[in-house]
Amino acid sequence: MATKIEVKRKPAQKTQEKNEETKTVYIMGKAHKVPAEATIMGAIEYAGYQIKRGAGCREGFCGACATVYRLPGDYKIYTGLACATLVEEGMWLAQLPAIPPQKAVYDINKLEPNVETIQVLYPEVFRCVACNTCTKACPQDLEVMDYIQAAKRGDIEMLMDLSFDCVSCGLCAIRCPAEITQMNVGLLGRRLYGKYLSKETKQLKNRINEIKEHKFDKEFKRLMEMKKDQLKKEYYARDSE
Amino acid sequence: MYPEYMTPSLEKVAQTRNKRYEMAKSGKPVFPPMTADQREEVLNRFHPDYETDSKKKVRIGPNKGEILTTEISDLLEAHSRIKPDLFDLSNPDYETDVLIIGGGGAGCAAAIEAMNNGVKSIISTKLRLGDANSMMSQGGMQAAVSETDSPPRHYLDIVGGGHFDNKPELVRALTEAGPGIVKWLEELGVVWDKMEDGSMYLLHGGGTSRKRMHSARDYTGAIILRTLMDEVKNNPEKVIILEFMPIIELIMDEKGRCAGGVIYNMETEEYFTVKAKATIITTGGYGRLHIRGFDTTNHYGATADGLVMAYRAGAKLLYMDSVQYHPTGAAFPEQIAGYLITEKIRGAGGQPLNIDGELFVFPREPRDVEASALMRECLEHKKGIITPSGRCGVWLDSPLIEIIQGEGYVNKQFPAMHHQFIRYGIDITKEPMLVYPSLHYQNGGIEINEKTETNLPGLYVAGEASGGVHGRNRLMGNSVLDYNVFGRRAGKEAAHYAKSAKLGKLTLQHIQDYENQLKAARIKTDSISPILLPSYTPEDVLKRQLTACYEGTLR
Repeated sequence: MATKIEVKRKPAQKTQEKNEETKTVYIMGKAHKVPAEATIMGAIEYAGYQIKRGAGCREGFCGACATVYRLPGDYKIYTGLACATLVEEGMWLAQLPAIPPQKAVYDINKLEPNVETIQVLYPEVFRCVACNTCTKACPQDLEVMDYIQAAKRGDIEMLMDLSFDCVSCGLCAIRCPAEITQMNVGLLGRRLYGKYLSKETKQLKNRINEIKEHKFDKEFKRLMEMKKDQLKKEYYARDSE
Repeated sequence: MYPEYMTPSLEKVAQTRNKRYEMAKSGKPVFPPMTADQREEVLNRFHPDYETDSKKKVRIGPNKGEILTTEISDLLEAHSRIKPDLFDLSNPDYETDVLIIGGGGAGCAAAIEAMNNGVKSIISTKLRLGDANSMMSQGGMQAAVSETDSPPRHYLDIVGGGHFDNKPELVRALTEAGPGIVKWLEELGVVWDKMEDGSMYLLHGGGTSRKRMHSARDYTGAIILRTLMDEVKNNPEKVIILEFMPIIELIMDEKGRCAGGVIYNMETEEYFTVKAKATIITTGGYGRLHIRGFDTTNHYGATADGLVMAYRAGAKLLYMDSVQYHPTGAAFPEQIAGYLITEKIRGAGGQPLNIDGELFVFPREPRDVEASALMRECLEHKKGIITPSGRCGVWLDSPLIEIIQGEGYVNKQFPAMHHQFIRYGIDITKEPMLVYPSLHYQNGGIEINEKTETNLPGLYVAGEASGGVHGRNRLMGNSVLDYNVFGRRAGKEAAHYAKSAKLGKLTLQHIQDYENQLKAARIKTDSISPILLPSYTPEDVLKRQLTACYEGTLR
């Protein structure tokens, strides 16, 4: 009763081949030879680690695999997503299993899309010293500092627009000397924009009313009672926009 | 960067682009859409579901004797992780009104409605809240909002795509709720793509007869799910979130009602019990089972956990013989093989092309048809492009989108895709992507009715884990709608049920019964399920993992 169901290996994760070109990386200080073209996440699994924390979508959307690393002979701290960053020779890797959160708790229905809201919920935003470290840390190449500056001005539209692609990995927050949680400020900005500043859609209101007034009941009933053959005929005969 | 040997083919793509642009501009289909017979033929011959060993009879449980996808039959014919008699159920570790298993889109939507209906809930999730396929949907959400469209028309498109096997009442519930969901999400703060005048920016998806794909650039799922998660996290007194603590079996009461579940703390390896008046399964799909050895677009935890525990408890499954392969997974570079390339690319005018730069299929067939046509082009017509690692793929012409929609469009509407490829030196505004079908979606699941009820009282299911909404083939953009519509319904229905439910004595007898069924059917297996996580450890590492006996410290 011990073994797991054998999962067919993704073809990308093949057995170690002797002639394959490799690079040496240090996973938490321990040296491993890994395929030269591997992503950091691929390298960690290739080395034999079963990841629990530190992998989510594996395609660059969820921010679960925040990584910090250094390169030989270079004083800089680099950041990246393990699923989307390729290994480099001599790379020294540390995964961040979780980022301590600082999230304001609020009722979105009671907020206003302005600078006062930012002041109340995230006052630390105003400690920003414009050092741009957040921008340098962002694996999505976002202009993080610019959107924090927009938050300071109460420019909710710019805050929304510049933070749109944020994957909430938290690397900006972990590097920020002012201890701002940029990703949560961006999320607040997007919600404020979507709820309060986005233009009203007339068609949407009309359609919801039509549904409420049972305008489509008859047509639904007709389709739902239709025999399969008839339905098929109607489907293939339908026009397309 | 593409290897040099692909240059002649890339040049052909560039050469045919103007001609294809003229066709696209004419407004007529750029390639004749398939007839019913043509669809059937290409599916029969090339869809992996139609291969002889792709399915296998399941020998035990509620669907006993039914032919299911082979990997699913194997997963169901396995032992539980636990021995039920080791558990004391008289004093549960957690008690709540509603237990929500799975922290993706459906789970968060359910939690929000549960709290709106005045009950408390626990979300138990295997990874972090939001580590789910919902986070990764790029293209959009379908809803019949435009003046030329209607919910019944949306219904017709869906059942045609689903081979007319969909449960009618579920499809009606889905399509009728669509416009309301667009509004609900906007009121929560989702930023939809809109035109200058405030009308929605809408595109086609595969198999749609009207433009009804609502999007948030190509981060649609991420924008929606982060909004829902934020709403959940804004109510810590009403929803408790347990991360890296998946439920691995359901708990029943003596009258056969679902009454909670057993939690496994993946880090301390402890088990805990949860007593809940109602339980909702929102565990999503199964891409990480790598069915038929395919790469997948799915997140790390997509291993059909909810399906397994519900089946052991006696829940019926529907259409678990039907697997969705997304037509366009990445085929190059190797590091991103199988990754999702959104259908919105084709919705915006992108075209699939063979090695000669020629169209070979209408770009917006339903997913199973489109995927099969891509496989035919590679496997039978031998007109695919072979990558250095031996994969086959066809081009997806994204530069054409810039010509059709205007310069700057790709960066504005596909920032995620652009970013994904530019890391590897491929600028998708100038060069096409190389694609091949990738394991994407569990079409079937645990059977539900329009109230998201299962055949087990007290057990509700929503989202990808459920079966019946999409028949045997889901269309693009309907899963995002699905998890919102049915996630909310499940939260509401479960809350109502919980308010009057009085549980009897708790039991795990069904685990023992299931074990007895395995024995009676003479099934000999070492497998346990749910598997929780896939293993990507290379074989030579596995060979050196020689610990003879696991005694509870280090393996």
